[in-house]
Amino acid sequence: MTALLERKSAPAEAPEPSGRGGLAGPLVKVALLGLVAGLAVWAAFPLIAERAWPGLAVLVAATAGLFYLYTSRRHIPAKYLIPGTLFLVVFQLFPVGYTAATAFTNFSDGHRGDKREAVVAIQTASVTRVPGSAEYALTVATTGDPATGPLTFLVTDPATRVVSAGTADGLTRLPAGDVTVTATGRVTAAAGYTLLNGGQASARSREITDLAVPTPGGAIRSQGLSRAYEGKAGRAYDAGCDCIRDTTTGKTWTADERVGAFVAADGERLAQGWRVGVGLSNFTRLVTDAAISGPFARTLIWNLFFALASTGGTFVLGLGCALALHSPRVRGRGLYRTLLVLPYAMPSFAMLLVWRDMFNTDFGLVNNLFGLDVDWFGGAASARVAVILVQLWLGYPYMFLVATGALQAIPPELSEASRIDGATPWQSLKRVTLPLLLVALTPLLISSFAFNFNNFNAIYLTTEGAPFPADNPANGATDLLITYTYRLAFGGSGAQYGFAAAVSIFIFVIVAVISMVSFRRTRRQEEVYS
Amino acid sequence: MTKWLARVGWRHAVAVLAVVFSLFPIVFVASAALNPLGTLSSTSAVPTGASLGNFANLLTDTDFPRWFGNSVLVAGVSALASVFLSALAAYAFSRMRFRGRRLGLLALLLIQMFPQFLAIVAIFLMFSTITELWPAIGFNQPWGLILLYLGGALGVNTWLMKGFFDTVPRELDESATMDGASHAQAFFRILLPLVAPILAVTGLLAFIGTINEFIIANVFLTDTGAKTLSVGMYGLVAGERNNNFGMFCAGTLLTAVPTVLVFQFLQRYIVNGLTAGAVKG
Repeated sequence: MTALLERKSAPAEAPEPSGRGGLAGPLVKVALLGLVAGLAVWAAFPLIAERAWPGLAVLVAATAGLFYLYTSRRHIPAKYLIPGTLFLVVFQLFPVGYTAATAFTNFSDGHRGDKREAVVAIQTASVTRVPGSAEYALTVATTGDPATGPLTFLVTDPATRVVSAGTADGLTRLPAGDVTVTATGRVTAAAGYTLLNGGQASARSREITDLAVPTPGGAIRSQGLSRAYEGKAGRAYDAGCDCIRDTTTGKTWTADERVGAFVAADGERLAQGWRVGVGLSNFTRLVTDAAISGPFARTLIWNLFFALASTGGTFVLGLGCALALHSPRVRGRGLYRTLLVLPYAMPSFAMLLVWRDMFNTDFGLVNNLFGLDVDWFGGAASARVAVILVQLWLGYPYMFLVATGALQAIPPELSEASRIDGATPWQSLKRVTLPLLLVALTPLLISSFAFNFNNFNAIYLTTEGAPFPADNPANGATDLLITYTYRLAFGGSGAQYGFAAAVSIFIFVIVAVISMVSFRRTRRQEEVYS
Repeated sequence: MTKWLARVGWRHAVAVLAVVFSLFPIVFVASAALNPLGTLSSTSAVPTGASLGNFANLLTDTDFPRWFGNSVLVAGVSALASVFLSALAAYAFSRMRFRGRRLGLLALLLIQMFPQFLAIVAIFLMFSTITELWPAIGFNQPWGLILLYLGGALGVNTWLMKGFFDTVPRELDESATMDGASHAQAFFRILLPLVAPILAVTGLLAFIGTINEFIIANVFLTDTGAKTLSVGMYGLVAGERNNNFGMFCAGTLLTAVPTVLVFQFLQRYIVNGLTAGAVKG
């Protein structure tokens, strides 16, 4: 409303800005809204084809909301916030929320899908070859890259020469026109599939052996790389007792919905289960399981130290260099700046691996250069010094850049004024420049702390947590909480997503609390809440 | 002379020390890249021989040129878009007062503290569905990866920019509004040119962050031709670490080239901050 009034009265006072903007602005707006509409239509077709009505409803609502927002004269802050927020909600909040929800389930290897999928998997796994099993000619194919794409079995019925495509999801018959079959039943071409040649197939022979295509009475498995058989399931699901029964021994495993698994009377549990909610048990395990909670405190303290030392160290180094170069008197500033930030230009993941080799005991550059013979990653103290040194190298150019940017934003009049008032350069730095710098950089320092607290690559690509104490191979001296958790949850004994999600919530709470406290303490310096 | 030392000399000393610290690992990488043997164990600090064999092998035996193109596309587009998105948000947070402002700022700070790579399972499941519906933005497509990266655009950038926006005197855009400029004109014509240094810095940071991103890209891009530099080069040394070390280091050097170019391009904006002049006027 007020905007409207202003616009009407504007030309008399300041014809230029509203004169040009008055035409260009709406044109750009119309073009962008047209683009949104076009994208929405493009996105709608697959949703309609798949009959994904809830998805379509969300799409229509979002598009309508955008049109309303940008044609209305109200909600001005929202016009600036919505574009980024949309991406934030879809690609960050949603996955994080999903992960948080996973923390209350038993989602893990063996508990991935629903109960029906578990039954299929159990039946398929129990398939054995029995006399009279049907035999097929086998051609291994893929829908993607021959080296990595998902495998498909093209099986040919020897009697009818009918070709079917089988994956872990089941068997589908291929139209005769889509495939070329030789007299022996071997498929030489199939529309939509890439056939694996002998070398490619034998490189993936393990995956081929593991693939079982479920069929009503059992499953099709490979025998070698060119033959397949349809075996009979040794275990079958019985809906009457809601249990799995072994057809030869007669033993039964009854479904237990609380743990999401089939459990026998003697307590034996089938490896293949399904996903159920388990309440807070992932969280209680974190506190009660001695193997996990024991080394937790030690790791937490080192983790805090690592994050503080990395953030503080890089900040002090970067700020020092920025101050040193923040003077028009220094010749060659541009060259210094360029050379100094080169570490930041180098790909950090690659340089972490290079640093690991430079700390190598036998032919590492650090030992060679200084004539040392230190087993850097062998001792706890030296390994910790090494990883922090690497972090300093990787991180200080970033702090240098940011501090340089912030220094340039401070009007030089301020330090000039303090100099005229008789302040020494040191006083003017301490009383004028630093407080102003901290106003701009405190949030950055806090998020740098949060980043380093969870700096997975810094450890995983260098020490991998080493050195490990003799009595605990799961928790090393340089392990951060996140690498420690990663090893517990994803390494060794198979993926345990539910448990990992619970631990990541725990880590999140720790970081959030620490950040909030430091944030409140610096709050008085800032204008954030004004 | 002493006066020179106190005023300028120490600055040079600090700068030289910093440059030495910055450069020595890079010299080692360069030495390995030029090492004709191309193995880790035969590499020393100073180049022992000069051969471009590692570069030639890298460019002909691997898909490196395509990885390079993918990386530049993904990092370039995500950096530009994320700077734009967070500048919009920072403008609202810095110049406007609205309900939920404080909550929004806090939420932004909190969300980015969640260890996001642990959400990789959720991201994988989500993009499995997207790949089925819209293959153009699904797995193995640079546009899908760009969208995913833009989810994190608001995180740290908004805070950094808001802090910078706050240091630009409010009178500047207020007087423009008084003269009849709309909020959009005040933003695009008055404020954005003034905050060019922080736009350049955040753009550079976003570019570098994206070039280096590994874990998500590793899950996202499995086709050899679709990989970015980090994923492709990690694959180089995953198995044959010692033998491929020369090629790996050659790739490391080449990977740094786009970043250095972007920095060179942005440096004049970083150095010639315009705020000082504007305040005087």
